[in-house]
Amino acid sequence: MTAFRLPHGGLIDRSRPLSFSFDGKSMTGFAGDTLASALLANGRILVGRSFKYHRPRGILTAGSAEPNALVTVNTGGRTEPNTLATMQELHEGLRAASQNRWPSLAFDIGALNGLLSPFLGAGFYYKTFMWPAAFWEKLYEPLIRRAAGLGRASHDADPDDYEKCWAHCDLLVIGAGATGLAAALTAGRAGARVIVVDEHPVAGGGLLSETAIIGTQAAADFAASCATELQSMPNVRLLTRTTVFAWYDGNVFGAVERVQKHVGFPAPNLPVERLWRIAAKQALLATGAEERPLVFGGNDIPGVMMAGAMRRYLNCHGVAPGHRVAIFTTNDSGYGLARDLEAAGIVPQAIIDSRRDAIPDSYSGSARVVSGAVVSDACGRKSLSSISVLQNGKSEELKVDALAMSGGFSPVIHLACHRGGKPQWSDEHAAFLAPSSQKGLALAGAADGTAGLQACLEAGVSKAAALLGSLGFTAKPQALGPVEGDIAAGPAKPLWTIPGIREKAFVDFQNDVHRKDITLATREGYGHVELAKRYTTTGMATDQGKLSNVNAIGLLAEERGVSPADVGTTTFRPFYSPVSFGALAGATHGKHFMPARMSPLHEWAKKNGAEFVEAGLWYRSAWFARDGESGWRESVDREALNVRKNAGLCDVSTLGKIEITGADAAEFINRVYCNAFLKLPVGKARYGLMLREDGFIFDDGTTSRLEENRYFMTTTTAAAIATMNHLEFCAQVLWPGLDVRLASVTDQWAQMAVAGPKSRAILQQIIDDDISNDAFPYLAARDVSLFGGQVHGRLFRISFSGELAFELAVLADFGEATADALMQAGDTHGIQPYGVEALSVLRIEKGHVTHSEINGTAVPADLGFGRMASSAKADFIGKHMLSRDGLSARDRLQLVGVMPLDTTAYFRSGAHILAKDADATLENDQGHVTSSCYSPHTGSHIGLALVKGGSARHGEEILIWNALHGEYVPGRLCDPVFVDPANSRLSM
Amino acid sequence: MRYSALSILMNGLRGNRSWKPAWREPEPKAHYDVIIVGGGGHGLATAYYLAREFGITNVAVLEKGYLGSGNVGRNTTIIRSNYLLPGNNPFYELSLKLWEGLEQDFNFNAMVSQRGVLNLCHSDGQRDAFIRRGNAMRLHGVDAEFLDREAIRRMLPFLGFDNARFPIMGGLLQRRGGTVRHDAVAWGFARGADMRGVDIIQNCEVTGIRQEGGRVTGVETSRGFIACNKLALAAAGNSSRVAAMAGMKLPIESHVLQAFVSEGLKPYIDCVVTFGVGHFYISQSDKGGLVFGGDIDGYNSYAQRGNLAMVEHVIEAGKTMIPGLSRVRVLRSWGGIMDMSMDGSPIIDRTHIDNLYLNAGWCYGGFKATPASGFCFAHLLARGAPQETAAAFRLDRFARGYLIDEDGSGAQPNLH
Amino acid sequence: MASLVPCPHCGLRPKEEFTIKGAALPRPSPDAGADAWLDHVYLRDNPRGALDEFWHHTSGCRRWLIVSRDTFSHEISACRDAADPAKERS
Repeated sequence: MTAFRLPHGGLIDRSRPLSFSFDGKSMTGFAGDTLASALLANGRILVGRSFKYHRPRGILTAGSAEPNALVTVNTGGRTEPNTLATMQELHEGLRAASQNRWPSLAFDIGALNGLLSPFLGAGFYYKTFMWPAAFWEKLYEPLIRRAAGLGRASHDADPDDYEKCWAHCDLLVIGAGATGLAAALTAGRAGARVIVVDEHPVAGGGLLSETAIIGTQAAADFAASCATELQSMPNVRLLTRTTVFAWYDGNVFGAVERVQKHVGFPAPNLPVERLWRIAAKQALLATGAEERPLVFGGNDIPGVMMAGAMRRYLNCHGVAPGHRVAIFTTNDSGYGLARDLEAAGIVPQAIIDSRRDAIPDSYSGSARVVSGAVVSDACGRKSLSSISVLQNGKSEELKVDALAMSGGFSPVIHLACHRGGKPQWSDEHAAFLAPSSQKGLALAGAADGTAGLQACLEAGVSKAAALLGSLGFTAKPQALGPVEGDIAAGPAKPLWTIPGIREKAFVDFQNDVHRKDITLATREGYGHVELAKRYTTTGMATDQGKLSNVNAIGLLAEERGVSPADVGTTTFRPFYSPVSFGALAGATHGKHFMPARMSPLHEWAKKNGAEFVEAGLWYRSAWFARDGESGWRESVDREALNVRKNAGLCDVSTLGKIEITGADAAEFINRVYCNAFLKLPVGKARYGLMLREDGFIFDDGTTSRLEENRYFMTTTTAAAIATMNHLEFCAQVLWPGLDVRLASVTDQWAQMAVAGPKSRAILQQIIDDDISNDAFPYLAARDVSLFGGQVHGRLFRISFSGELAFELAVLADFGEATADALMQAGDTHGIQPYGVEALSVLRIEKGHVTHSEINGTAVPADLGFGRMASSAKADFIGKHMLSRDGLSARDRLQLVGVMPLDTTAYFRSGAHILAKDADATLENDQGHVTSSCYSPHTGSHIGLALVKGGSARHGEEILIWNALHGEYVPGRLCDPVFVDPANSRLSM
Repeated sequence: MRYSALSILMNGLRGNRSWKPAWREPEPKAHYDVIIVGGGGHGLATAYYLAREFGITNVAVLEKGYLGSGNVGRNTTIIRSNYLLPGNNPFYELSLKLWEGLEQDFNFNAMVSQRGVLNLCHSDGQRDAFIRRGNAMRLHGVDAEFLDREAIRRMLPFLGFDNARFPIMGGLLQRRGGTVRHDAVAWGFARGADMRGVDIIQNCEVTGIRQEGGRVTGVETSRGFIACNKLALAAAGNSSRVAAMAGMKLPIESHVLQAFVSEGLKPYIDCVVTFGVGHFYISQSDKGGLVFGGDIDGYNSYAQRGNLAMVEHVIEAGKTMIPGLSRVRVLRSWGGIMDMSMDGSPIIDRTHIDNLYLNAGWCYGGFKATPASGFCFAHLLARGAPQETAAAFRLDRFARGYLIDEDGSGAQPNLH
Repeated sequence: MASLVPCPHCGLRPKEEFTIKGAALPRPSPDAGADAWLDHVYLRDNPRGALDEFWHHTSGCRRWLIVSRDTFSHEISACRDAADPAKERS
């Protein structure tokens, strides 16, 4: 026989049956069940297979430390592998499947590994699979990979939503068991802002499996009344189904709330999970303690279970573990279970107590107690059939179908160790305790080594009161209780090595690490706790060693003949229990991965047929396709040619725009640019080159002096944010004495380039001021009036295309109307919108650089700006590093133009440059193409390139070498200006 | 004891009781020819190649913690040689070639798995930079392929092609790149060095560097003074602190880089893939965990732990790149301390002190560099001159203006 | 790193709002000489312990701050506007 549902009892709602399936078999449970309790109630004790030996495994725990009962739930994009049956709440229609077995859970071929186990000890794979070398990737590794892994994840997108939020509180209480509830009540009643978090669906923790009486209430009723009172307080937030997974610096805790993991059909207006970042002035860990398994032979056979878990299934879910139950314990925990089993009509076959004469007074049951004894082995294949009990050297066989074990308790101190604090071994508690005195965090109750309900309630009250006192609250501690009928399980001597073992005795259940693996690791020099972990994989399973670590440490200590204190622990790290990508990503993924910035002319571009391209966070218009055009190239060629022939309008609003004012603005600008700016006249614009302090070019742009002490700077789109931060650094940190103020106005202005021989005629139709060449010459920059004084604008006579060109800025809200008006005014002049692709063609034709050339490794001289870096200025950012030898070396990469010898040949950016007839080697590498395009003006592909000593190599024949695409194009280096080298068009 | 299938069989039949320790636990001697500070990947590899290639075996590796307790056991296990600049590319290719023969060489299965490394690009600028980089690799005879969007879709159909903020435009694939079982690298080098007579001394912290007459005479340690003819520093993460014992100030900041592993899964993703926006890279270990990481947290740190904001950012990028990851659970996150140099490239060089040698500044590149770093550092120690592929990793390159800045972000380590 | 940074102008704000530049080193005078500039641009004490850094409250008040921080414990001991000491120096 096996586990079964008791006819009555438990906190389940027997009026609400729920149907679910496991491995395709339909079953029924009740509201209030977990998947694990429902499976047990249906007699399913084989629920999984282990990682390496594929051993049959059953449900071991009733919580988040479960190593065995991992199942896959849901389907499609909602598939969740490795879901703990012990944490998954049952809901109508839940579909769960077992994992890591083939062809079926009951008959698993992989179990053959068990026969080979002598050869599959710790680290065996480091010693073999090396011959022949090629076989690792072709044969061994694929086999290992197929066999390894647990559940199978879906590649489908998740249809559900997630969200994130911040919360702040005076006191965060983690764990809503007896200690946590007592603390939260104390703090809540004192008026503090309290957040109480518990990973289970119902507050209560261990109280829910208790049969003790607190005051006048049953323990579970007491928990419910506490929760009700907490929920009634406006200053308290009780979060159930929420796991605090990490403690970060600044006393910020990460927590994940499973908002809709317990329902079959998530409501679309709610997230499935919610990430909380909780900033707490003080936090109290009331996380309880984890019961330790005992390392005896066959301790993994289905039917062997933690004593506390068995008690929870019994009292909370009304499930009995079996008919013939034995209890193997090192402490009093087993007696509480025995008493409750007896109350349910199941008298344990035996209580095997490793202590001598230690039956607690509070136990008055009738079970046979075998003192000073151990269970050396459990027997059975897919379920437990018997155990060997060893007492005084004599072995006795007991027929049982369930065995509870308790090897003592490990306080759950993980969170307290997430910020570098090391756990401290306590001989008194036979456990590792949290590092003492950490700012902002305290522990209470079982998490702090306290045993017994009464003591935990008192600890919760007093610790909370003390923490509140430190925050300036006056708490009036109110005693809770008294508690009757509690069998407190105090510390007991740990039992690491059990004598007489014949079968494999597991330390880490999921990873199949058994006692001999620990021995082997020590023998081979991997006895340091961190090396033992890495060599054997103990503690590296999905439970992160919640059950296994302390046993591994105890065994290592005995192997090495030292105390667990000398062995120490591995590092507790986030996450306390695994957290989904979905929860940690929240809404920030896919289209919402990063914000999208739209130009004020976005709608204008859209209605003119723009195709958009991502440019950093911006969407920029790439080109404007017209009917009948065969592809983007045709559109771009047309747009570029039209600018040179007629006029075009391009949205350049994405350029960074910075308003600079103040009495020292000129001095400031002169220091941040490498070229001279002090004498820039009012009404004029000038090209500026900005360096980093290490001498390399940072960004370029134009700055216009609109008034004596008012400047307007533009930056590139890509570096706009970095430039603003940099200028603020210069103004605030380097030269706070300068009278200068900066404002980013990128979003305030819609800016459009109107370029081409007819641009002036078009603009003059909407601009009230005279913009003739005399009145508004090249590099003029002034405020202008538009539409008969209706709109104020700024006009700059600057050109990126090499044509007569202007940039017109109007306040963002007037952008679209102004662009419309320009299109209308330009209609008879042949104006066409053009996008960044044509803009790029025009600038490459003109040899203008962008961040393709300003790549962070270029100094001014590399790009032909050598004389701009003013040696006359005493200081500017970047001046003092420029004189290093390497920055003026002859073979530096310098800007040149490049053209194919055959004008019909195609080449692309990223191709390298080789000297003609040179071998293709890295030593012969001469540089690379930085920008390239088809130039409709020249009728050829052209490019800009950075080439070693390039400025002196114009005219040299070279090979444009692109092995990635198999393109090898003979070409020639040339001047980088392909259009109007004399700049005659600029001043038309 | 040589490891082989036969040794496993014989030992298995004997109850696995005859396995010998993988390395000795020697007491430090009074004097060594070479002392290497740092028992991580680079220090152990240096010792291994000193012994194996150059016959120098009177060597001690001093490790303040346990063997391999630094970044060799904390990284995301990726190996590749897809570097752009001539100062880097031949060095990392040497490293990849060493990886390819390493396991037979040191008789330890480090699970070198050339599963391919694919870097995705999402803009014209990124694409052009990848083509430039791929061609630089090809010029040096390194394998590189540029895949277009459709080729990537065939290879990894589950990437976020359709609903992405930054669509996948293409990618640079190095098929010879891949992953290695990181801890095993430290163990393999340690065992190989130990077998050749090198003393690996754990729990031995260097607390001072003793100098006389402008030369290093030895090191003060938590286990007493140990003399040496040459002192080699290989303590990345803590390079500045160790170098300060010799009065040096380095072009290095220490930063924390987080890494992550998911719960074990059946085979999910076959190669290493990096996302071109927001810095995310992922592969799957032989054990089934998805191993992934992102950018450094961005502030100087000697604490091996990171910040939640960066955790979120990395995972946001991950879910964007592979939408199906949404319900996969992240098991564990950790942090390693990186020597972030001022140009993003490492240093293997002599110092102003004649017999003091420095191996530092590995930034993100340390793990994949392990064999070549050890080989080249051993070469420098043994021959007094740099190995040719490491000749650019000079300490004076900052003063001379010969920087090796792969991404051009300049003298601000948190931008590299 | 501290998850919350005490901006002197905005109060406790999440770290994500800030941009970090690095060690808060005074800029050498223009005529300081090559060694001083090399030291300033490239060399770092990189202490394990107390360190002053330049942080920019990019998504807040947009002031540059000097954050005094421990690089091992990550505790922030002080945070002040960078212009204050700079003004004192000049």
